[in-house]
Amino acid sequence: MSPADPGRSTATVSDAPAAGAPGGGSGEDPDAFLGLSKEECVALLREMIIERRFEEKAAEVYQVGKIGGFCHLYIGQEAVSAGSISPLRDDDYVITAYRDHSQAIARGMTPNAVMAELYGRVDGCSKGFGGSMHMFDKTLNFMGGHGIVGSHLPLAIGVGYAIRYRGGDQVCLCFFGDSVVNIGAFHESMNMAARWKLPVIFLLENNRYGMGTDYRRVAAVKELKDRGRAYEGLTSLDVDGMDVLAVRQAMEEAIERGRNEKTPSFIEARCFRYMGHSMADPMHGTYRTREEVEKWRSDDPILSFTRRLMDAGRLTEEEYKAIDGEAKEIAEESAAFADRSPLPDPEALYRYVYSDGYPDDMRRRDAWRKELR
Amino acid sequence: MAVLTYREALNDALREEMERDDSTFIIGEEVGEYDGAYKVTKGLLEQFGEWRVRDAPIAELGFAGLGVGAAMAGLRPIVEFMTWNFALLAIDEVVNAAAKMFQMSGGQYNVPIVFRGPGGAALQLAAQHSQSPEPWYSYVPGLKVIAPATAKDAKGLLKSAIRDNDPVVFIESEIMYNLVRDEVPEEEYLTPIGKAEVKREGSDVTVVCHSKMVHQALAAARTLEKEEIDVEVLDLRTVRPLDVDAVVASVKKTNRAVVAEEGWPMCNIGAQVVDDIQREAFDSLDAPVARVNGLDVPMPYAKNLEKLATPNADHVAAAVRHVCYAD
Repeated sequence: MSPADPGRSTATVSDAPAAGAPGGGSGEDPDAFLGLSKEECVALLREMIIERRFEEKAAEVYQVGKIGGFCHLYIGQEAVSAGSISPLRDDDYVITAYRDHSQAIARGMTPNAVMAELYGRVDGCSKGFGGSMHMFDKTLNFMGGHGIVGSHLPLAIGVGYAIRYRGGDQVCLCFFGDSVVNIGAFHESMNMAARWKLPVIFLLENNRYGMGTDYRRVAAVKELKDRGRAYEGLTSLDVDGMDVLAVRQAMEEAIERGRNEKTPSFIEARCFRYMGHSMADPMHGTYRTREEVEKWRSDDPILSFTRRLMDAGRLTEEEYKAIDGEAKEIAEESAAFADRSPLPDPEALYRYVYSDGYPDDMRRRDAWRKELR
Repeated sequence: MAVLTYREALNDALREEMERDDSTFIIGEEVGEYDGAYKVTKGLLEQFGEWRVRDAPIAELGFAGLGVGAAMAGLRPIVEFMTWNFALLAIDEVVNAAAKMFQMSGGQYNVPIVFRGPGGAALQLAAQHSQSPEPWYSYVPGLKVIAPATAKDAKGLLKSAIRDNDPVVFIESEIMYNLVRDEVPEEEYLTPIGKAEVKREGSDVTVVCHSKMVHQALAAARTLEKEEIDVEVLDLRTVRPLDVDAVVASVKKTNRAVVAEEGWPMCNIGAQVVDDIQREAFDSLDAPVARVNGLDVPMPYAKNLEKLATPNADHVAAAVRHVCYAD
């Protein structure tokens, strides 16, 4: 199987049994869906499916050279982005690492803007200056897209500091991976967030491998959430990151703590990425087995939530197919849009080095490049 | 005009800007209750309270990044490093985050932040506490790097730095905090970033310098006056963006140049200035440009060795004589 075989990762979704006829769902527990309406549940599912179809399309166009550089796909982890971002308010903040396409879409960025960024085009969310790892949208308080592992946790507490400074009740949601728990910036940030009561939600997406290293091989704790226990005032917990409602519930509680008590939270969401670390890597590699990947995929977050909604009579096979068809169209259109979008103007080269412009006399140093004179 | 020390001028700049703009805050080790390791932040905690004058744990990477994040969220942080030696722990946040955010986000997130503290050697502080960080940061597009030599410039440039919309690396000096004192206007003023200033006019040779070496150059000029060599001292003040126009204009006038700085020779500010001069004023030169700098060794502790490794006014004078063919 090709390491980037996009169809493979979702093959199971369309195999979902059409259990639970419309209106069925015998004896539904009112709390089973966190009080969410049918429409809200379907919206969550739709979000996850769009994220996945988008990433599959990204993998496909990467293979034919439309996307350059590093490209880290999120397939398998959709329950975490959808479950955590959906309960936020528009004036809250989101910051993340380099596996950032899905969080950007979950936050409200259009798939077109994300794909155009992957293509390095002017209509990309960062105008082609960021690429896969640096998605930004200030209008959505989506603060990147950061490529140095662990380096954005201090930024997140800075956002939390600014919130407290102004007396606001927003929160800052900060995503990161399991390799971050061994980095100094992780501890420095948790310490300050706890000590000064900064409303930051540290959301660890434990997909079990920091690139190709099993977290258990390099962390001197069995449970990564225990890393948060050193800090008084920081609530640490873990959650099934393959269950979108479980993630959402943990987030809703963390948001309440952040808004009301201004205290930070540390949530370890246990999940799995189906693809390699980046598009440069095979799906299994030397560090994990095909069996392990298959085992996690059998617990697919989209498949299980689809089944759950069908079982409860909240979704029909037809509705599912319609959503999936729409998601595929959105993904296709994003690639077509990116293809149509122009390359950045060479004149933009110096435009964003300084906000007050690049000095002419320093630019003369580049006059050896005749085309830049 | 009041005569202020370099330290007092910086303290005034901080106080005035914090009074002017309540989005400005200071974070760093010992900046609050201790009144600043070098007393630059003296009295600010009492006036502005703990959210605006924040004593940080010893966690340079963490609180530097906190500043960057707060700047992205709309505040104007001033991050004090007790010395620039400790800032090496935080250089990722300065270089990879602050400097690149504006471009990486396609012009959406500028980072209005000042990173400040003392750099350079003091007296027998040995290798880890005696180094000049200007070249490390001047290498990086997106940063502005300021190293003032006088109390007047220190105040005017720090005020400009705080109001600037991009990240500024502001390099002070332990030695100069007390020893440098000069007249500072009592009325409000700003000193422009990126503009060099002729600190002494002369016709025979230009000494391009910044920070502490400005004082060594002025001392050398006084000595050379007796030898009838008229030295122009050009204080860069900002080393990035570097005022290439001012350097070239001065060298075209004097036809000779010496570049002097405290740091190591390889890839330093002077190396770039020499390149700018040879590209833009080659035909005006009557002699090869000479360089004065610290020796290319980690700073030793022993007093005699430290003195040997550190550039002084005599070295500047000797270099001037050399380019004037007067040695």
